[in-house]
Amino acid sequence: MEIHRFEKVWIAIALLLIVGFIATIAYGALGPGVKMVDASGGTIDPEAVAAGESGTAFDDPGVRQTGPNEYDVYVVARQFQFAPGTSQPIEVPAGSTVTFHITSPDVTHGFNIAGTNVNTMVIPGQVAELTVDFDETASYGIVCHEYCGGGHHTMEGTIEVVPQAEYDGPGGS
Amino acid sequence: MAYVDDYPDAAKVVRANFGVAFAALSIGGIFGLIQAVHRTGFFRGLINSTDYYTVLTGHGVLLALVFTTFFIAGLFTWGVTNSLERSLPNPRLTWSWFLVMLVGTILATVSILGGFVPELPLSADVLFTFYPPLQASPVFYVGAALLIVGSWIAGLDWFLAYWGWRKDNDGERIPLQTFMVLTTMIMWYVSTVGVAVEVVVFLIPWSLGLISEVDPLLTRTLFWYFGHPVVYFWLMPAYFVWYTILPKLAGGRLLSDTLARVVFVLFVILSTPVGFHHQYVDPGIPEGFKFIAMTNTMFLLLPSLLTAFTVVASMEHGARQRGGKGYLSWLWKLPWDNPAFSGCALAGIMFAAGGFSGMINAGMNINYLIHNTLWVPGHFHLTVGTAAALTFMAVSYWLVPQITGKRLQHRTLATVQPYVWFIGMTLMSNAMHRAGLAGVPRRTAEPEYNVVDATFPNVVGGMGEMQLQIVLGGTILFVALSMFMTVMIGTWLAERGRGTLSVNSHLPPALSGPESSPRVLDNLKLWAAIAIVLILIAYGPPLAGMLGDGIFAPGTPGFPV
Repeated sequence: MEIHRFEKVWIAIALLLIVGFIATIAYGALGPGVKMVDASGGTIDPEAVAAGESGTAFDDPGVRQTGPNEYDVYVVARQFQFAPGTSQPIEVPAGSTVTFHITSPDVTHGFNIAGTNVNTMVIPGQVAELTVDFDETASYGIVCHEYCGGGHHTMEGTIEVVPQAEYDGPGGS
Repeated sequence: MAYVDDYPDAAKVVRANFGVAFAALSIGGIFGLIQAVHRTGFFRGLINSTDYYTVLTGHGVLLALVFTTFFIAGLFTWGVTNSLERSLPNPRLTWSWFLVMLVGTILATVSILGGFVPELPLSADVLFTFYPPLQASPVFYVGAALLIVGSWIAGLDWFLAYWGWRKDNDGERIPLQTFMVLTTMIMWYVSTVGVAVEVVVFLIPWSLGLISEVDPLLTRTLFWYFGHPVVYFWLMPAYFVWYTILPKLAGGRLLSDTLARVVFVLFVILSTPVGFHHQYVDPGIPEGFKFIAMTNTMFLLLPSLLTAFTVVASMEHGARQRGGKGYLSWLWKLPWDNPAFSGCALAGIMFAAGGFSGMINAGMNINYLIHNTLWVPGHFHLTVGTAAALTFMAVSYWLVPQITGKRLQHRTLATVQPYVWFIGMTLMSNAMHRAGLAGVPRRTAEPEYNVVDATFPNVVGGMGEMQLQIVLGGTILFVALSMFMTVMIGTWLAERGRGTLSVNSHLPPALSGPESSPRVLDNLKLWAAIAIVLILIAYGPPLAGMLGDGIFAPGTPGFPV
């Protein structure tokens, strides 16, 4: 089998590039600790969520404090709103670490804090979990980025990251 | 003698397939224009925002599934008969797969268009990924299944032609074009199993009410088992053109038969065990399986990088045959006024750009930033929307005269058309990528999202400038499509026999031919077996996990659209 000298060099560079890409991702996981959305949220019966009888925090979704600067936020994404998020904003203090738990009682949705890498699919039967550090005060938009029916383009919400001093607890919003 | 004189029956099959492909391309293109003006907010008077999703479903299904599949069926029928130098064995079989695909297409299309008429019980506003629990009419699922079953029979037809040839040519190497067709179809058989199971076992019975619930994550995973290899089903035929026809159009010969075969073997092996890279941000799938898919995906860059080398080197060889000199000035000696050449070359350039944005998509952690944003359709309009579609249009300028026996009409229009497409796609795709980085979502009728509008403008140029580029690019693309259709219809309707054709299907052999390539490359069973083993490793454990709690659980009823 004859392979031209230049092509051998090209193949070597290509393989180096590929291994390099894989290395950056391995580093991202092991170094800065970028974690993928995975199976840690477990499964849930979507019809029970729809009925508000799942026996979980999704029956009364919202913000819960779990530590000095740590919060859990339970969000139900349904046609065509986030609860909480759409009719009232999700409010958390700056400098907090927030774990989102998101599920859907109807069809597949998306949950993306627009312009950031906070991004997950919301699949009925599964609970998506992702942990986010909110370092600074800001107002973010949440969009549903997966087509979920005729009113999909109206499905949106907001997150308000307020100064520590002004935050009056999970019940405040 | 033109191809149509040598193989009149096969030429008729190719014409029928191209006819359906071009009809789908035209309707899908009109839908694309409607989307471009609607989602950018330039004109929303034609449809309402709910019907946008009907249009979007039609655009995706007619272009990504129907146009591609029929065009590929025509192209491969030509490639097999031309390279084996024999007709397809059984005309009745040939026309049966065409009819099965056609009936499937008509059912799916009628069901999608039914979305415009709410009174009808037909509707399929589920987009071309049709994720349950959104539920379409059973007519849609049956139509999609028939399209795929038809393509399976087409593959059988080409394998039968090959086996017939093998009987008479014991010990010979598989001709390169046939090798490419057969490897593509092996990849297709292995990968379409996923969508076939999804549709036949789950979605058809579910939409008929025979089963009440399906597991959304399981069906979605079966879709993506198929959903990534399908992009190689679009791309490998473009590579088939770039490897076997483009060197001739450039005035030279393919550099290496061996590496062409290696590339197609790599696609057989690696195309399928990568589907989880579309599910990087899906809950319910352990991170390790995503990492395996990411690694396979990165290695899938190799065949494309090899192709970049061989195709450019073959073009340079052609240019030097035409008197080209220097490190780069040989480029000017290429036949840039031949649309068959320029279309393929421009498609290749755009594919390089699409490859780079694909590397970002494949990067598991960076993917968080762009998943389901407008970046993603920006990416695949460079790959399927240009690397495949523009190559198919370009090769039509060369092949349609040969299957009709008619000279190409409206040559000036044809000469300009690939450049018009290139300009339109540059504008549209560039703006889509940038808007995606800013966080603008895909698949939405009204991306402004009043509440979050404040998030978007802090990007270079702002939303207005990107919206303008998208609508301008989309309009230019529609103009290019109309130019292509004018040339095709003009050629199709022209008189036969006015002068001889300036093109023929004779393809020069590679500079380094099959005699110097290892025979093991032609061992199709071996490559299929390796592919299946890799798939079992990548998909066995996660599927077992999803099936562990029952095949319909966690289940949801349907939400008809």
